Amino acid sequence: MTSSPEGLVLRATEVHKHFGRLHILKGVSLDVRPRETVCIIGTSGSGKTTFLRCINHLEKIDGGSIEVNGHPIGYRMKNGRLVEDSERNISRQRTEIGFVFQRFNLFPHKTALENVTEAPIQVRGVSKQEAVSDAEKLLARVGLADKKDTYPGKLSGGQQQRVAIARALAMKPALMLFDEPTSALDPEVTGEVLDVMEELAHEGTTMIVVTHEMGFAKRAADRVVMMDEGVIIEEGSPEHFFESPTHERTKAFLSKIL
Amino acid sequence: MFVHALWATVYISIVAQVLGIILGLIAALMRMSNFRPLRFLSGAYVLVFRGTPVLVQIMFIWLIIPGRTVGFGAFTLKQEVFAGILALGVNEGAYMREIIRAGIDSIDKGQMEAGKSLGMRYGAIMRRIVLPQAARVIVPPLGNEFNNMMKTSSLVYIIGVYELFSDAEQVFSSSGNVAPFIAVAFWYLVLTSIWSIVQASIERRLAVSEHGDELSLRERAVAVWTEGGGVSRLGDWPFGAGGRWRGRS
Ligand SMILES: Nc1ncnc2c1ncn2[C@@H]1O[C@H](COP(=O)(O)OP(=O)(O)OP(=O)(O)O)[C@@H](O)[C@H]1O
Ligand SMILES: [Mg+2]
Repeated sequence: MTSSPEGLVLRATEVHKHFGRLHILKGVSLDVRPRETVCIIGTSGSGKTTFLRCINHLEKIDGGSIEVNGHPIGYRMKNGRLVEDSERNISRQRTEIGFVFQRFNLFPHKTALENVTEAPIQVRGVSKQEAVSDAEKLLARVGLADKKDTYPGKLSGGQQQRVAIARALAMKPALMLFDEPTSALDPEVTGEVLDVMEELAHEGTTMIVVTHEMGFAKRAADRVVMMDEGVIIEEGSPEHFFESPTHERTKAFLSKIL
Repeated sequence: MFVHALWATVYISIVAQVLGIILGLIAALMRMSNFRPLRFLSGAYVLVFRGTPVLVQIMFIWLIIPGRTVGFGAFTLKQEVFAGILALGVNEGAYMREIIRAGIDSIDKGQMEAGKSLGMRYGAIMRRIVLPQAARVIVPPLGNEFNNMMKTSSLVYIIGVYELFSDAEQVFSSSGNVAPFIAVAFWYLVLTSIWSIVQASIERRLAVSEHGDELSLRERAVAVWTEGGGVSRLGDWPFGAGGRWRGRS
């Protein structure tokens, strides 16, 4: 978890992304400092998910650059040109970046505990004993110590998402990305997931959270950014967004969700 | 002699099926590759081996393999047995490719992405995440394939392999009596029935982690006879796709 010379965990500069002829990200720049929690809000289709997926190179970018801890993600210089990195290197870079999906994506054939130990054992080469003891601590931290031998199919959505958070944390990533982690959940269980995330934020986890939970943003975020049609149109403290948003589209968006 | 013939059928079918699974897996992964020539090769393989009669393939492979024996030491096979297994296996691989691909396709792509985002590499994700889940979808049609294989393996009698059918055929030629064919039909029925029970038990075991109660052996046997094979109860399957492959050809 070393920081780059500038001390930034994430430095995204003028990121562009097309899907076919659709220009989805039109120059997104975002810097995230260590221990910072940044919430991304914005209308459906504005490119929030795409931006997160670019950060861990689930999507290739067409322009600009993304660095995590000072290392460019997905690309490297070769003979003065930028080329896509090898699968091995990309995989290694991804160990630095935790990703929590909207739809959890737990491994259904593995227990909660096995979900959490899988990557530390397979990728980091941690001993099984150590991985299990770490995983038990993480599951306890998300409030699921008693569910460690349960299969995801037998867990509620909120419990599954908490396991997914523990699974991502098990790799001890420098940066955690959350893509609308509560939007697939029943309203009565979103709280338990948001509580876990809020705690992470207060403990100093560096994270980017795409969310429309403005209550969470207010309590946990250091900074909120508003995306619209592939660009960041406004950026500021949560209070700024609640009290005096400047952009017309931000005002319109907030009036809809608040 | 007859026991040898029975054993030959079982042995040829198992080895050919295993070969088919391996080739099918390789071809399925090639089909999903980003590298065009690999995709092309996989496509050509399926086109040729599904598009021509297996009998022709058996003859052809038998004709191009030289010598009287193949292999060395304990792994020596008569040339015709080797050719027969190879032909059946390569043919089977073309069908298995589709089955394995359908199995892999049935797994949500979020599984691959979850693996990637944890820093796992493609091979590890396939081996530890995708294929174990795809197995639930692959096993039912695979069981049907093996049922077919035991019967189709009788075709290798044409290149002089000694197995169940050729045993009956020999008795028939010397006696002119139709009884050996009735006997051989009975023995194929025994083999496929035993397999159906084994298959049902494998399917149960695969499903058991997410579905509670297991069937007893007796219930399994009953299901085999009343529902006509191990592919019964597909409705219980979490991914439900297996049934599509029921009874090809
Ligand atoms: N793989 C893809 N191929 C083509 N178009 C895509 C693909 N993924 C996303 N898009 C398009 O890109 C645009 C931005 O999608 P994205 O999922 O990033 O939006 P979002 O801000 O996350 O929206 P939401 O709030 O609905 O999740 C959408 O118009 C979407 O249809
Ligand atoms: Mg989204």
